[in-house]
Amino acid sequence: MSGTYLGMPAFPKAAHEAVRNDTLRANLRHATHTIRDKRAVAVAELDDWTELREAGKQIKDHTLSRLDHYLVQLEESVTAAGGTVHWAAYADEANRIVADLVKATGEGDTGKREVVKVKSMATQEIGLNEALEAEGIAAYETDLAELIVQLGEDRPSHILVPAIHRNRGEIRDIFRSEMEKWGRAAPEGLTDSPAELAEAARLHLREKFLRAKVGISGANFMVAETGTMVVVESEGNGRMCLTLPETLISVVGIEKIVPTWRDLEVFLQTLPRSSTAERMNPYTSMWTGTTDADGPEAFHLVLIDNGRTDTLADEVGRQALRCIRCSACLNVCPVYERAGGHAYGSVYPGPIGAILTPQLRGTASEIDASLPYASSLCGACYDVCPVAIDIPEVLVHLREKVAEHGGPGHRLEKAAIKAAGWVLDHPGVLAAGERVAAKTRRLHPKKLRGPGASQWTDSRDLPEMPAEPFRDWWKKNRT
Amino acid sequence: MTSPSTPRPTSSSTSSSTSSSTPSSLSSRERILGRVRAALADEPTAPHPARGYLTSHTPDDPTVILDLLHENLADYRALVHRAEESELPSLVADLLAKHGAASVAVPPGLPASWLSGTTVERRHDEGATLTPYDLDATDAVITGCALAVAETGTIILDGGPGQGRRALTLVPDVHICVVRAADQIVASVPQAMPRLDPTRPLTWISGPSATSDIELDRVEGVHGPRTLHVVLITEASARGERGGTTGGA
Ligand code: SF4
Repeated sequence: MSGTYLGMPAFPKAAHEAVRNDTLRANLRHATHTIRDKRAVAVAELDDWTELREAGKQIKDHTLSRLDHYLVQLEESVTAAGGTVHWAAYADEANRIVADLVKATGEGDTGKREVVKVKSMATQEIGLNEALEAEGIAAYETDLAELIVQLGEDRPSHILVPAIHRNRGEIRDIFRSEMEKWGRAAPEGLTDSPAELAEAARLHLREKFLRAKVGISGANFMVAETGTMVVVESEGNGRMCLTLPETLISVVGIEKIVPTWRDLEVFLQTLPRSSTAERMNPYTSMWTGTTDADGPEAFHLVLIDNGRTDTLADEVGRQALRCIRCSACLNVCPVYERAGGHAYGSVYPGPIGAILTPQLRGTASEIDASLPYASSLCGACYDVCPVAIDIPEVLVHLREKVAEHGGPGHRLEKAAIKAAGWVLDHPGVLAAGERVAAKTRRLHPKKLRGPGASQWTDSRDLPEMPAEPFRDWWKKNRT
Repeated sequence: MTSPSTPRPTSSSTSSSTSSSTPSSLSSRERILGRVRAALADEPTAPHPARGYLTSHTPDDPTVILDLLHENLADYRALVHRAEESELPSLVADLLAKHGAASVAVPPGLPASWLSGTTVERRHDEGATLTPYDLDATDAVITGCALAVAETGTIILDGGPGQGRRALTLVPDVHICVVRAADQIVASVPQAMPRLDPTRPLTWISGPSATSDIELDRVEGVHGPRTLHVVLITEASARGERGGTTGGA
């Protein structure tokens, strides 16, 4: 994944820092509570929400269970419609492919190479902007929030509203000082009214859209039977990037497939309501290959794995691949609300990040190994998830895996970790306590007692106690 | 199960291919498909989805469906008008005048009568001749649509006659979209899907563009047309009590 996040402190430390930032906390709280309440209203409008949710889950499960078949079918459909399909096993390869495609268009051969981009988690995940920059290609983000983040040399903190951690005054200051370095300067006397700030972004980006030769996007869905790509958005920058350039490159995770055209009817009802709490988002673009005299003449689809097949191999963890990136789970998460998106150390924050990131990039680093513990397992994320991902189940499962594979001390439930830290400082207690625990392992309750116990449901079993004493295990696995 | 810390190779181990026909890219294709198959080795195919959800949430009554479309379009700040076919030229002329539009983009196949009440400069797009810069310098665009969805307040364009290519309805700042109530409105998204042709480029529009990126304050109009007028063409009897113009100001 992106190098942007290397060197991030582990979750507890990063979260601790975020909690001390009052502005961030206030912004986040306001934002998450606002969307949360609106979402509940939008969902309540549909009597068949339960059935839609179940259908969404089943469509994704079916697709994943035959993913090889649908990938091949998608490739055939896209190719037949005039597109070109590329496959990238890892981030570096995807970046290489995109950079070469941009150069092959001849874009900027005589001057500066540039591309316009519509917000895409996949391209953030692979660190595409940085990779393009290293190749001398400027990638302009065109979502208002992404623009704020890019101009502020910042990192996104929310899937849907990446600049949720910035207030209007900060945004005005960023626009005033930074826009002129990238193109059209902010208007004279720009105030902090959201309407004026949006207008400044419109003017700043319009010249880039009009001259753009290459657009880069992700996709929310890809339809295997037709080769149709779907991008769901609000601002119209997506339409600009998908329509005006001569070449369009879409970078999409292999899990974004749905088998049939009809399947879209489920997600087009559940995604907007879960995401922006709207009956429908302002703009949805669907395109199939290329069309004569309408939109780009060349369409390239770059399919990326980058850890997804590892995730698929895990019977419990693979449900994370059902995710449609609506961000509803972030907005209800008490940990996210307090810790903020940056604490998760990846482009995927919140509950989904806590289960997706450690699976996509492994748990070798401290931040990734600590992510499965970034939860109180309260289950609110599962309740709102439009594809019914049992995030608490995956979290518990990943804790077991972290423990099995000797992550640096993150093998127990959050409360237990603190206890373990204290115990490690008191070797006598550790030795005695662990031995007792190991001996009585069979007698330990499978359900949690103690801190957080009331939060657990009956279906969630405790990670099993290790067969050997913790301290012996620790010694063996620490190095 | 795989280890959670599978090492990732660095760039040296991957290719710099740019075409699916080169051998190195083929190997990534085979590698990914191979991994998928390995991951699913003993996995039975999950069943096809049970579609227990509703086909529609709305009574099957054209008047109710029309009113719902009207209401939902207006709720998302489209400016909604009802008119009979014969009233359309004067309504269109009024709307263009109200916005001070001096020029209007005209998609191929637009009924000539729609613009018969106005003298503003017509910029025809036969052969997709208008450049993005031309469109940026054009004040408004008028189109028909392929379909409208009442429950979501959505109009859908598919590039058919009278709709034009996608850029046409994107770059000018005012979009006037005409919907024939008699045969272009469905109640729900599931009813819309079979009536759409996925091989055509489709644009679903639900109100003008919007952002809530700044402190979640909704601002209408970022990059798409900042004003969306939807004209519902009705028979005389269907104008009902909701006749006239409503919607966000
Ligand atoms: S895990 Fe579920 S709720 Fe969270 S972003 Fe993904 S689809 Fe939405």
